[in-house]
Amino acid sequence: MDQAALKKLPRGWKSIPSDLNSDQTAFKGVNWGKAMMWIFLLSDTFIFSCFLLSYMTGRGSTVLPWPNPSQVFALNFMGVPVPLLLIAIMTFVLITSSGTMAMAVKYGYEKNRKLCGTFLLLTALGGLTFVGMQAFEWSKLIFHEGVRPWSNPYGAPQFGSFFFMITGFHGTHVSIGVIFLFIFTRKVFRGDFDSGRKGYFTSMKSDYVAIEILGLYWHFVDLVWVFIFAFFYLW
Amino acid sequence: MVENIKKEQATTHKLGIYLWIWGLLFVLSFFSYMVDWLQFEGLLRWTLILTFMFLKAGLIMAFFMHLFWERYTLVNVLLWPMTAIATFVGLMVAESKYTVFTRFFYFVLGS
Repeated sequence: MDQAALKKLPRGWKSIPSDLNSDQTAFKGVNWGKAMMWIFLLSDTFIFSCFLLSYMTGRGSTVLPWPNPSQVFALNFMGVPVPLLLIAIMTFVLITSSGTMAMAVKYGYEKNRKLCGTFLLLTALGGLTFVGMQAFEWSKLIFHEGVRPWSNPYGAPQFGSFFFMITGFHGTHVSIGVIFLFIFTRKVFRGDFDSGRKGYFTSMKSDYVAIEILGLYWHFVDLVWVFIFAFFYLW
Repeated sequence: MVENIKKEQATTHKLGIYLWIWGLLFVLSFFSYMVDWLQFEGLLRWTLILTFMFLKAGLIMAFFMHLFWERYTLVNVLLWPMTAIATFVGLMVAESKYTVFTRFFYFVLGS
């Protein structure tokens, strides 16, 4: 849809009935891939919300004391236990990678192939660092502290199952994101979005809007971490 | 050519916006970490955690995910279901308070 026709459509609240009652496209002027990614992310939000809901209900209804996160996730730094040190670093790494992703999207739209690719690569490396630190955190809890999905040395036994389920599901999302970030870094550096080279899976031409769609997914992973950080580690 | 320039302006934004949001996210994360560091307890702790959380989530969605510039219909189709599920979470948290009350009442005090 071109800009001129888009400008004639109703805006604000009036755009909702007119968009949803129209034929062909509900979201006027929105790239279909972007709209579909948003719909997927909405469904993913539902899954994560179900985890959050069961975690909050489980934690709220147990008669045993809940393990204190700032002690469980403390890390010794020069002999002093610092609460949530690793989690704080992980949070900053993920936010940094979200920022570099936003840069990649911006430079992608400006058709700046090299900067776009560089920032994508930085984002992927940030994600990889995050997954690495999460693997370290998991192995520390499993092998040194003896946390299991059914028991742990700190308190309520449900702690382990919620922890592994929620952070594991988030970590899986990060890992999948990292794989796609590397694939798209290669595609950008090869110039796929300038030359109109067809995609391996889709057999279709693509352009830099693909970077924004990938960016939506990556920012969503960061968004979920914001909620996990608040409800699981700080609460 | 003029059309092309117009289209590009619609999708690309100034670098400054991203740097600002990036900086704000760092500051807000630091604040929420401070909530734990300073050992705030009770209602103050939960209020601060939730405030920083929603501010961060809002900034990411509005600017990094471009929802601020997105078509209003799409924004509404996304945000209303999210509001509904947040309400659902709130309801179930209230329900868990009742569950723990009955557990204490019948199993701990009664035994």
